[in-house]
Amino acid sequence: MNEVSVLVGGKAGDGINSAGAMVAQLLNHLGYRIYLYFDYPSLIRGGHNFAIVRGREIATATCGTQVDFVLALNQETVDRHKDAWKTDTAIIFNTDLVKATGQGIPVREILTAEHAPDIMGNSAVIGGFAKAAGIPWKIVEEVFHSHIPKGTDLNLLVARRGYDRVTTVHPVPPISNPPVPLLTGNEAIGLGMVSGGLEAYVSYPMTPSSSLLHFLAEEQEKLGITVVHPESEIAVILMAMGFASAGRRAAVGTSGGGFCLMTESLSLAGMAEVPLVLLVSQRTGPSTGLPTYTGQSDLLFVLHAGQGEFPRFIVAPGTTEEALYWSGIAMNIAWEFQVPAFILSDKTLSEGTYSTDLSLVQKIPQGDSISWDRTAPYRRYADTPSGISPLAFVGTGGAVVKVNGYAHDEAGITAEEPDIVALMAEKRLRKGEALARAMDRYQQVSLSGNATGLVALLCWGSTAGVCEEVAGPLGLRVVRPVVLSPFPTEPLRKALEGAGMVIAVEENATAQLATLAGQHGITCEKKILRYDGRPFTPELLTTKIREMLS
Amino acid sequence: MTGRQLITDAQNTWCPGCGNFSLQHTLKNVLADIEKEGQSLDNIVLVSGIGCHAKIADYLNINSFYSIHGRTLPVATGIKFANPDLTVICCAGDGDCYAEGLDHLIFAAKRNIDLTVIVHNNRVYGLTTGQYTPTSPRGFKGKSTPLGTREDPFNPIELMLASGATYIARGYSKKMDPLRTLIRQGISHKGFAFIDVLQICATFFPAADYYSPRVYDLKGHDPASFEAACIKAREWDYNSDAPIALGTFYQRNSPVFDGKTAARTLSAVEREQAVREVLNKRT
Repeated sequence: MNEVSVLVGGKAGDGINSAGAMVAQLLNHLGYRIYLYFDYPSLIRGGHNFAIVRGREIATATCGTQVDFVLALNQETVDRHKDAWKTDTAIIFNTDLVKATGQGIPVREILTAEHAPDIMGNSAVIGGFAKAAGIPWKIVEEVFHSHIPKGTDLNLLVARRGYDRVTTVHPVPPISNPPVPLLTGNEAIGLGMVSGGLEAYVSYPMTPSSSLLHFLAEEQEKLGITVVHPESEIAVILMAMGFASAGRRAAVGTSGGGFCLMTESLSLAGMAEVPLVLLVSQRTGPSTGLPTYTGQSDLLFVLHAGQGEFPRFIVAPGTTEEALYWSGIAMNIAWEFQVPAFILSDKTLSEGTYSTDLSLVQKIPQGDSISWDRTAPYRRYADTPSGISPLAFVGTGGAVVKVNGYAHDEAGITAEEPDIVALMAEKRLRKGEALARAMDRYQQVSLSGNATGLVALLCWGSTAGVCEEVAGPLGLRVVRPVVLSPFPTEPLRKALEGAGMVIAVEENATAQLATLAGQHGITCEKKILRYDGRPFTPELLTTKIREMLS
Repeated sequence: MTGRQLITDAQNTWCPGCGNFSLQHTLKNVLADIEKEGQSLDNIVLVSGIGCHAKIADYLNINSFYSIHGRTLPVATGIKFANPDLTVICCAGDGDCYAEGLDHLIFAAKRNIDLTVIVHNNRVYGLTTGQYTPTSPRGFKGKSTPLGTREDPFNPIELMLASGATYIARGYSKKMDPLRTLIRQGISHKGFAFIDVLQICATFFPAADYYSPRVYDLKGHDPASFEAACIKAREWDYNSDAPIALGTFYQRNSPVFDGKTAARTLSAVEREQAVREVLNKRT
């Protein structure tokens, strides 16, 4: 199978992510399926950043440890990543800044010759890479025209000079696949939310959720949504609840620390039955932890956050296709059941870029919430068999809508009488049961790899890609609950049927999914855990599994 | 809905003599005035925090969002943003809005969002049975400070002047007619309207004997002058003995922050088209 990996490295501020994105688009237009991993420390300038772009003939969602090309924009890229080199790795470097063996591009000289600004320097190196990989100039032109809308022609002149300086060392053969959208997980989540009727996105910046705030803010007019960045995460969640109580579908986005600030209001949403969608994109914790690195250690926190008992929906997409679909479904579920609905992501998914096969994305149905039938007087918390009370919003003519975070009666008036308190608690529980029943509509558990394999990898979220890639050659089964609340006990049991050994693969130190499955009577004997902020690589995971099986 | 009963059947649990009765009665009159002028009360939303003041959400028969301690303003901001045609009134407490939720108050003023905030400032925590708040006078002996507080109160009028509020007033729960006028002005004001209401707490801070001889109506004061407003605001610092001005300290017109600046909501078809366009840009 054709496959290629490219490492692009430089100083923070050198535009490494965009250079990586251009390399990804070149390979996309050659027909490769892409995964881009972007690694950067938590600073603005000066640190070492790198992106690894991996292209394969079939879908990929993980990076290997070995690369075929290195594009070095700083000396560290050459010095620090030698363990990623193969004997024939091609090094393309900026001769102004880097001493290396390989093919040098005199970036300064090229920019001067074309009277081009410094910001176009990376185009010379990308041009050099294109030639080294034998990519036809026509494709370079096509990609620059689509993805560098400003100064395209000058960028192309600069790229051409880089292209002409280099000889082809590793021809990357074209594949007959058409190019597909390359999306980050956060972009897919945002577009999925919009397909699910999003009208307002409220967020306070926090890595790795911020890129969704930036993306939706940039596209707000086109997508017809309101984007607000208020004073704190506490304000974020409450503003979103204000939107919802006035009838507008709203979502918030944050990471663990910001979500800590939201928990009191999350409980309010549970009690007041305000529909709400939350993206929680995990990073390495506890506390500030590693702001720009990944982790899966907030599953049990998100599951239990907020005082009191109330139903919630949690989905953890593993691919951008799932993110597109499930983010829309999360919007619908929040509004159908009037519950908080979580999209649980992590740095790997949120900030990684993936080829997105739209043919795999099911259509998101137009979600219905149950509306008030105008029988007066309106009772916001009317008791019903499903526990779901018909919705009217503040401002709905003829209705007095009383939303309340205190224990309340059906009309929304504060009540402390034991029978009413119990009645309403049971009503909320019945909503949870209705939600659980509705889960039958969906494929809650993904089963892939060797579906009858005796050894099963049990994973969740972004580790989908690496587990599936590793499982192939080893003949393993991969079982992955996509919905985590309500917990899909029966579908999970079924997917694991006949597996003699279940190995939990998680990016946390305590195997939180395995713990949760155990609470539902599904035992998982073995665990392979990574908790250093870096995603599993196929090589590392293969080694660990082989050790376990030997 | 017209001609509605403005008070619900909920059992009232304020103490006898509580200043909240006056506030509720005043608001009820304001609502009746609004309805008489031909506006529907369906378009009015009351957002409360937590504390004695907040029970008003149960008692007034209008749309309400009974929120949590300190958090009236972000909820109200979301509602106003979502539907700029609504009139949104926050009833907040002094512990509620000057302590736990102070950041939201400052930011709402900074944004000049078109809301009216009425602070039921009784200068004590009532519902938690008598602790000092940010506006209790120095030396206040509450349950958490039996030896007396060792910090000065802050001056909410001055704070709001510094934060960019575009309507700033002070009322008194024992002067209901002027209070009614102030609340009407606050609601009519296009922008962030702040009304600090000195309110009697009959149980934990019965300060009527202090306030009544000291209060006077602001007359001949130019509310358009920020400098004059600052001087008047500093006359009484909520701590030392001084005359206490009631009325409008400051008012100016300034662009408001609301949903009218937001994008137009798309139909489902337009939405899918927009999503497609973004996907194409990524290919």
